Amino acid sequence: MISAVLDNRRFRSWGGQILLLGGFAALLLWLVNNTVTNLDARGIKVGFDFLWRQANFPISESVLPYNPSDTFLWAYVTGVGNTLAISVLAIFLSTALGLLVGLARRSKHPLTSGVAGVFVTTMRNMPLIVHLLFWYALATTALPAPREAYNPLPGVFLSLRGFYIPALELDATAWVVICLVIAVTWGAWRLRHHVFGTGRWHDRHPVLALSGLTAAVSLGAALLLQPDAVVSFPEMRGFNFTGGLRLSPEFAALMLGLVIYTSAFIGEIIRGGIDAVSIGQWEAGRAIGLSERHTLTKIIIPQALRIIIPPMTSQYLSTVKNTTLALAVGYPELGLVVGTVINQTGQAIESIGLLLGIFLTISIAVSLFMNWYNAHVALVEAR
Amino acid sequence: MTVIDLAPTVAHIEPSAPPRPPRKPILQLFFGDVMASVLTVTTGFLLILMIPALNWAVLDAVWATDDPSTCRDRGACWAFIAAKFRFIIFGVYPPDEQWRPLLVMGLILAMALVSLSPRLWGQRLIAAWIASVAVMLTLMWGGVLGLTPVPTSSWGGLPVTLLLALLSLGLGLPFAVFLALGRRSSLPIPRMLSLMTIELVRGLPLVGLLFVASILLPLLLPAGWSIDKLGRTLAALTVFAAAYLAEVIRGGLQGVSAGQIEAAKALGIPGWKAVWHIVLPQALQKVIPPLTNTAIVMVKNTSLVLIVGVFDMLSAARVAATDPVWPAPYVESYVFVALIYFLICFGISNYSRWLEIRVQSRSYR
Repeated sequence: MISAVLDNRRFRSWGGQILLLGGFAALLLWLVNNTVTNLDARGIKVGFDFLWRQANFPISESVLPYNPSDTFLWAYVTGVGNTLAISVLAIFLSTALGLLVGLARRSKHPLTSGVAGVFVTTMRNMPLIVHLLFWYALATTALPAPREAYNPLPGVFLSLRGFYIPALELDATAWVVICLVIAVTWGAWRLRHHVFGTGRWHDRHPVLALSGLTAAVSLGAALLLQPDAVVSFPEMRGFNFTGGLRLSPEFAALMLGLVIYTSAFIGEIIRGGIDAVSIGQWEAGRAIGLSERHTLTKIIIPQALRIIIPPMTSQYLSTVKNTTLALAVGYPELGLVVGTVINQTGQAIESIGLLLGIFLTISIAVSLFMNWYNAHVALVEAR
Repeated sequence: MTVIDLAPTVAHIEPSAPPRPPRKPILQLFFGDVMASVLTVTTGFLLILMIPALNWAVLDAVWATDDPSTCRDRGACWAFIAAKFRFIIFGVYPPDEQWRPLLVMGLILAMALVSLSPRLWGQRLIAAWIASVAVMLTLMWGGVLGLTPVPTSSWGGLPVTLLLALLSLGLGLPFAVFLALGRRSSLPIPRMLSLMTIELVRGLPLVGLLFVASILLPLLLPAGWSIDKLGRTLAALTVFAAAYLAEVIRGGLQGVSAGQIEAAKALGIPGWKAVWHIVLPQALQKVIPPLTNTAIVMVKNTSLVLIVGVFDMLSAARVAATDPVWPAPYVESYVFVALIYFLICFGISNYSRWLEIRVQSRSYR
């Protein structure tokens, strides 16, 4: 009787699974129990009350306004803001550079493809943290003091204290104008076929038509609302620069390292995607009389995108996670803020828990967005 | 009746390679049309921008000097690397005992070379690896056979980097196999647990895991258990490697056709035996090239242990550059370390490409 029950497949599989779950639960309980005992022994109180206390530590630079009299909670928010800002900027810049690298590697020109190949091979085979430390060392030891700053381009100064570049200073009206121009241009471009019909000159010269439209709308909006936009150039005043935008050595090193490293990977993903589209598609495009450009934009790229998107998603995700390496060069992103808070308060469990929770949220959000986008461009097969 | 002899005509039909496209003259290749000229000029300009870097690294560099302070005149201070070579490679390992880490690195290299040929892959090679890792750890630790004991806090440099990469991959692989099998299982609970573990670890930055290992692990374990810093770091790297390896292995499992397991069932082979002896060997064989890519990722990732204060090669190079006698040669240190990482990773990636070609051309056995 008992052996019949034991031999039953369903019983065995469920028995095994319950045992596994029980073992897992026991492990968790054991860890929690240890932690509680250890915390008691050390007299540490667990809780999120500290979030509302005054932080009292500085954050050297941030996208969101922050000062040491703010709460620990706001310090975390500032850290998350910095992490998101550098992630978005790094992803954007490395996608642009990666596209160039990928296309350069596919180029028939031996010099261009050779240089791109060497770039990809060297950059991919070195750890990111070495990239970051290298650029940081270069920015903080090789550059001259502000007085003798390098001036490679007009308005750009490179010095030990950071990089100074011209900045565009916009008032609120200017932002309204920018949003308005984008919205109106986009709307007009979408509606052009309803107004002018198809196949007219705006379809034959789309670039010309679109830039003309944008220029006209911008001019109209600017004359109508009169925004205040000034380009401010950095200038040497006394011992330091005034005006312009200052990029700290930490930020500059982080961006350079992250973008160069990531673009090498993205370049390979893009090249692989384009190469994976069969050569027959190119030939078919030529055979039906499409120009090389139209074959690329209308036939090859839409198919390559489907191949590119999954690896690109994981590349973007690892770029977001890679921003945590910024703490090696001292840029105050979330990881560095968490480290400082742990030093200040000793609230290690809560702080690390927050760090892990925030990164999991970002990871899931990026995957969901890319899955949506992937479904958007996916092949719709007639069945 | 005449016999029609077809043989001579058949013999003439032989596959022949298509004619090679005629080679373009260099001038036409570089300046043949507008696009080519633009590319030549742009790339040429980029290369010209590199000239100062070349001057710095080679022509103006100081290769040897007796007086460190004169090292920073114009170019790179490679004399610093020559002077600090031993420190960067071995860290703070006692100088008299440095033959031991040297032997360890030699052993790793020898084992890696032996493992290159797929013909030698098998249980014996795995046993040899386990034995040699035991020898390596004994050599590093000492305390037996008259070797002076050296605590892990004195380990450093390249052997630490190599051992961390090797051990995290080696220890992570068995976990990864179970996680991958669990994720593909038809039973809901193992599937959920594996999925949770894999996605949790893959959703986190390695820095976060290293924080957990170095700060939280002492809190999570009973008071009496103490694992030193190197061990905790290794634990984090192992968990990380296991999650990534599991995804690679899952890919291999998906590539084994369902017919294999059906055939095993038809022959009356019980489930686990079929998985262990039939599905897994085929799956692992398929994923060896992508596994080498994970190996490259892990070699690069070991450099992150610098953040939690483990003395790997990168930390050693950073500490070496703080020596006040020398004029802050950080850039040179990092270039040197980058070169070593490059050689290791480039070697593995070329090997992986060679393997892939082999896989395409024939089976392993």
